[in-house]
Amino acid sequence: MSQLKEKLLSSFIAFEDQKNIDSYVHGIRTKAIRKFEKEGFPTKKMESWKYTSLKKTLNYDYKLFPTATEALEFKDIKDFLIDDIESYKIIFVDGKYCSHLSETTHDGMDICILSSALSQSKYDLVVENYFDKISKKDGITSLNTAFSSEGSYIHIPKNVQVDKPIQIVYFSTGKNESVLYQPRNLIVVDENSHVEIIERHQSLSGNSILVNSVSEIYCNQRSIVQHYKIQDDNRNASLIDNTFISQQRNSDYTLHTFSLGGELTRNNLSIFQNDERIESTIKGITIIGENQHVDHNTLIHHKKPNCNSYQDYKGIFGENSVGVFNGQVLVEKEAQKTNAFQANNNILISDKATINTKPQLEIFADDVKCSHGCTVGQLDKNALFYLRSRGIPEKEANALLMFGFANKVLSSVSIPEVKTRINNIIAKKLGVKIGFDI
Amino acid sequence: MLEIKNIHAKIEDKGILKGINLEIKAGEIHAIMGPNGSGKSTLASVITGKEEYEVTDGKILFENEDLEEVSPEERAHKGIFMSFQYPIEIPGITTTNFIKTAINETRKARGENDMPAKDMLKMLREKCDLLDIDQKFLSRSINDGFSGGEKKRNEIFQMAMLEPKLAILDETDSGLDIDALKIVANGVNKLKSQDNAVLVITHYQRLLDYIVPDYVHVLFDGKIVKSGTKDLAHELEKKGYDWIKEEVNK
Repeated sequence: MSQLKEKLLSSFIAFEDQKNIDSYVHGIRTKAIRKFEKEGFPTKKMESWKYTSLKKTLNYDYKLFPTATEALEFKDIKDFLIDDIESYKIIFVDGKYCSHLSETTHDGMDICILSSALSQSKYDLVVENYFDKISKKDGITSLNTAFSSEGSYIHIPKNVQVDKPIQIVYFSTGKNESVLYQPRNLIVVDENSHVEIIERHQSLSGNSILVNSVSEIYCNQRSIVQHYKIQDDNRNASLIDNTFISQQRNSDYTLHTFSLGGELTRNNLSIFQNDERIESTIKGITIIGENQHVDHNTLIHHKKPNCNSYQDYKGIFGENSVGVFNGQVLVEKEAQKTNAFQANNNILISDKATINTKPQLEIFADDVKCSHGCTVGQLDKNALFYLRSRGIPEKEANALLMFGFANKVLSSVSIPEVKTRINNIIAKKLGVKIGFDI
Repeated sequence: MLEIKNIHAKIEDKGILKGINLEIKAGEIHAIMGPNGSGKSTLASVITGKEEYEVTDGKILFENEDLEEVSPEERAHKGIFMSFQYPIEIPGITTTNFIKTAINETRKARGENDMPAKDMLKMLREKCDLLDIDQKFLSRSINDGFSGGEKKRNEIFQMAMLEPKLAILDETDSGLDIDALKIVANGVNKLKSQDNAVLVITHYQRLLDYIVPDYVHVLFDGKIVKSGTKDLAHELEKKGYDWIKEEVNK
């Protein structure tokens, strides 16, 4: 058994001791730790982890509960927020909710934290209906469930257009220690409501950080959820993001994932379409370089007729970086008239970079439109010369071609300030002052 | 302005230019004609610095400076422009973004500040009018889904925006119908002055009715085998290239 696993199992008892054992979640946690004990961490022997090894990442001596937290001020975190828009903010520092940096609400909706939702009886109904209902019961998710105590809790009741986006940001100061964090988000959007969510994990130190995050998102009838994941953590931070989305009739869920930083990033994303006329859109831009690894593992499960899904992931890989795209589309027999589109386009800008791309379509209905395409290529030399012949220097010309390549994904971002921020992060990464057409 | 001295060039070990000499002065229009495969487009690529072509002998001077070690973008900054025979389609970058970047990078290289947005907009509008281009097309991706004629018009539009000293028009007439040809030629003529020069590369004499050259050169098998005035172009139109071949082979 790995040291980390042992440490996790033995600390579970102490962790649970502090919790109310009569609570509904207690039973779930206990079951989950047993599941983790049985399954452990994923290894490369598993088909879905074939190209991503956690070996190095799990080898650090992580603290499971950060010993000291450091007080942060707004100026310390400003750069990691979309600070030029009005927004609700749920800010965590070293695993603890930070009220003075946050802006939450209980006015007509609940935009707050999971620990209070789990401990107050007025939330029992929502917790019992939604907590741990759609998350996968594999080792890594179960581990999070076992230790789940803090994260964001968002419940938007029916007919509410949330007036401004919600930013959920997890900071880690961990000046002198490596820490494993396990945040847990529960997001329930009821009938006919609309919300925009921006999510980010950010380490402020150079220590090794591992985040094993689980989010459950429920999009009820006719709801619209626009979700952004900004993954631009520092180079010693790794992230395993497990996000599960359950959609009801006529709901519309859109996710943009920007994977630009971090050491190892694994996105496990599952969307369950439980009824008819559902729209699911997931898009990603991955631009990584030296010693970086990004793995997108997606599932869209079409269960009912007349639904659409649209996937568009673009990747640019430099140095010795490794990209993985494994996109599973499952269309059940009942899901006639499904329209499922999947594209994964990649550019390798270095001989040492690798991309493993694997579309996986399993279609059991006979009247569907499903298409997929993956490409791997280089930047077009003729296009590069064309730009240079107009006076655009080689570095800028290369950057412009990369922006052009990724532009289609950015164009559907609904918050202009998010677009600008992503543009600036990428421009800085490429060392240029130019950008997308925004 | 441009002096080409005994230039030899090859691509992948295949010699294409075999000793070209040509001098273009400010205020002049030169035309290079010749059959397919004679090296016309290679000459244009070598002047603009396309790296696939290796110059094995001779030199190119632009305003008395040897271009040997000069990158394509630096050549552009010095005022060399080529209208591509096959303009490249680049999805995801609008023509406006492209041209703004090109202008501001050129200004930066010359030690100037970015062009103020107001001036840029005014210039974009003026040049669109000059080439009878709908401004909507500026917000489309570069050449993406453009017709052959639109692509060529876009090339001359870029030329108008960048105001080069030397403009090389590589088969700009191919793919243009007669109306578009007139618009493009009219644009080129309006941009022409005593301070700049044009090198027209073409198969046909047709374009030369509208952009009237001071000199016409015939390129054959990597060499200029005949030079003359615009009458030479008419003669070629009438007799074809065979008589040149015969003359060379004699």
